[in-house]
Amino acid sequence: MSELSGITTGLATGGASGGLTGVSAGAGHAATVPNRSRISGRSVTKVVLSLVGVGVALAWVFPVYFMISSSLLPNVRLSSGKPIFFPTGARLANYRAVLESGTFYTALRMSIAVTVLTVIITIMFAFLGALAISRFKFRGRKSFILAVLFIQMLPAEGLFIAQYKLVGSLHLMNSVIGVTMIYVAAVVPFTIWMLRGFVAGVPAELEEAAMVDGLSRTRAFLRITFPLLAPGLIASGVFAFLQAWNEFTVALVVLQTDTSRTLPLWLRGFVQTSSTKDIDWGQVMAASSLIAVPVIIFFLFVQGRLTSGLVSGAVKG
Amino acid sequence: MSRSTRHDGDVRAPDDDPQAASRVTTAPVPAPLVLRRRRTPKVPYLLLIPSIAILALALGYPLFWQVVTSTKQFGLKQQFGFPAKFVGLDNYAKLVTDPYLWEVIVRSIVFCVVCAAATMVLGVGVALLMKNVHKPVRLFLQITMLLAWAMPVVASMTVWRWLFDYRRGAVNYVLTQMGFDFVGHSWLENPLSFFFVAAVIVVWGAVPFVAFSVFAGLTQVPDEVLEAAAIDGANGWQRFWGITLPIVRPVLAIVLLLQLVWDLRVFAQIKLLQDAGGTPSETNLLGTYIYQLGIGSGDFGLSSAVSIFVLVLTIALSWGYVRTLLREDES
Repeated sequence: MSELSGITTGLATGGASGGLTGVSAGAGHAATVPNRSRISGRSVTKVVLSLVGVGVALAWVFPVYFMISSSLLPNVRLSSGKPIFFPTGARLANYRAVLESGTFYTALRMSIAVTVLTVIITIMFAFLGALAISRFKFRGRKSFILAVLFIQMLPAEGLFIAQYKLVGSLHLMNSVIGVTMIYVAAVVPFTIWMLRGFVAGVPAELEEAAMVDGLSRTRAFLRITFPLLAPGLIASGVFAFLQAWNEFTVALVVLQTDTSRTLPLWLRGFVQTSSTKDIDWGQVMAASSLIAVPVIIFFLFVQGRLTSGLVSGAVKG
Repeated sequence: MSRSTRHDGDVRAPDDDPQAASRVTTAPVPAPLVLRRRRTPKVPYLLLIPSIAILALALGYPLFWQVVTSTKQFGLKQQFGFPAKFVGLDNYAKLVTDPYLWEVIVRSIVFCVVCAAATMVLGVGVALLMKNVHKPVRLFLQITMLLAWAMPVVASMTVWRWLFDYRRGAVNYVLTQMGFDFVGHSWLENPLSFFFVAAVIVVWGAVPFVAFSVFAGLTQVPDEVLEAAAIDGANGWQRFWGITLPIVRPVLAIVLLLQLVWDLRVFAQIKLLQDAGGTPSETNLLGTYIYQLGIGSGDFGLSSAVSIFVLVLTIALSWGYVRTLLREDES
């Protein structure tokens, strides 16, 4: 409520602030609200900051906007030398061309297979792991947590050559299994950490009460705790999805044939093949949008959890 | 048996679970806690088996292989199956004395520090904006930040590549319109401007995370205290330095650490910009250099040694971060 009234005062004094910032030109404006001068002193700052805020927001979203806007325009217009900032006469022709190219579906199938498998395995493994560290005290618990936290920080760039050799020696190059194996290992540590908070959030007493009432430990867990964990499982599933769907580095190394490429590799290939001629930026932007849009939608679900999972020690609540 | 069904008529569980039934009949009501401690020493280990197995296979073994391989000599012969010769620390010695590696290391560290610093300054700025603007503007700012954050790296790289395209890029067009001569200017040819473009892209993608985290920290700052300080005559800067900053310092520390670690691993961005026209030897950072050594020239010994350097650097940087998270776990 106070927030709302703040806005109205801000808007009401908006005219005055315009006058105050452009001193010589708008003196008359400021005179219209003389009795509010003390409030407007702070409101002026707020209005100025809000304008800066809008500017920053526009600057930040511009690449995303420009991608989608350009994906709707024919290449003839895009290559006229003058960038088009407003997609008048938008068409879906670029999307049709990309989808008809055929290779997209191969990559899509690969991406879906790898992503779905990664998500399912990660959730199962990480869930059991989170259960262990949040419900039990046992020897080695702390070392395990320490290991998990460190592993989570390790860059793919520090291991991908060795992982390439591993996948090769298991004869899993260019296969769904090989790349999934690496992804699960990369995602499981953070997912355990993220789920640990959720599991700890469901009081063990609930489960115990159900056991007192005669349920077995397993059943008490499945009936009482599991449903309460659903949001956490979904959040970590989406996290795993994002990682597997977007991953580039490991995929580049272990998926080397055209038919085994995931979408990020396909997009890279798509840009490269078209750069031998003159790049059809309209189609390239349509291809980028096709990959980005599902990610953006899913991302909006987990953003809060992601932030709090990564900085949980520092931000309380 | 009869006791358990009497306790809860509509639960079918005990009937087909003899263990549970016997437990209930043999133990008095508050017993589960005691029982639990006695019965569970093996359970947590069983629960950890899948995670540990996959980590050991896909991370542990490669790590081990990498340490071993970094002490071996790999060359063209080994590509065709000859066993690699043990050479001790020769690879490391070769790297330490190789001026090019030092060039790449210095380049990576400078790039990492510059990006992290710029990201922090901008991210904190955006967080402060979120705190101090009108509500609709804050919402708008948050949505746009989320969109930028959600963009997959490969997709955003593609857009940025086009924005900086020398012939039809919007950047060159706008700069030319503003009166500078940027017609046909190639941003990626010169290493310095190559890294400028890379930094813009990395910072653009990283600011939202910092902004949201710091904003979450800022909401912990009690408004009453700020107001009291304002009444006592503290100006905006004094309130920021004296009240806000100490409260958000832990968040800033942790976010900065994450940025440093993440900016050290900018493989995809650099690789894709090299695709677009950078000279690899002049624009390699650690990630692309390892790739070039290992996948490009098949020298697994050398590339393993560089990888281990990256891992050690990462672990050193992560130390403080991991400690903070552990503290959270203990509380």
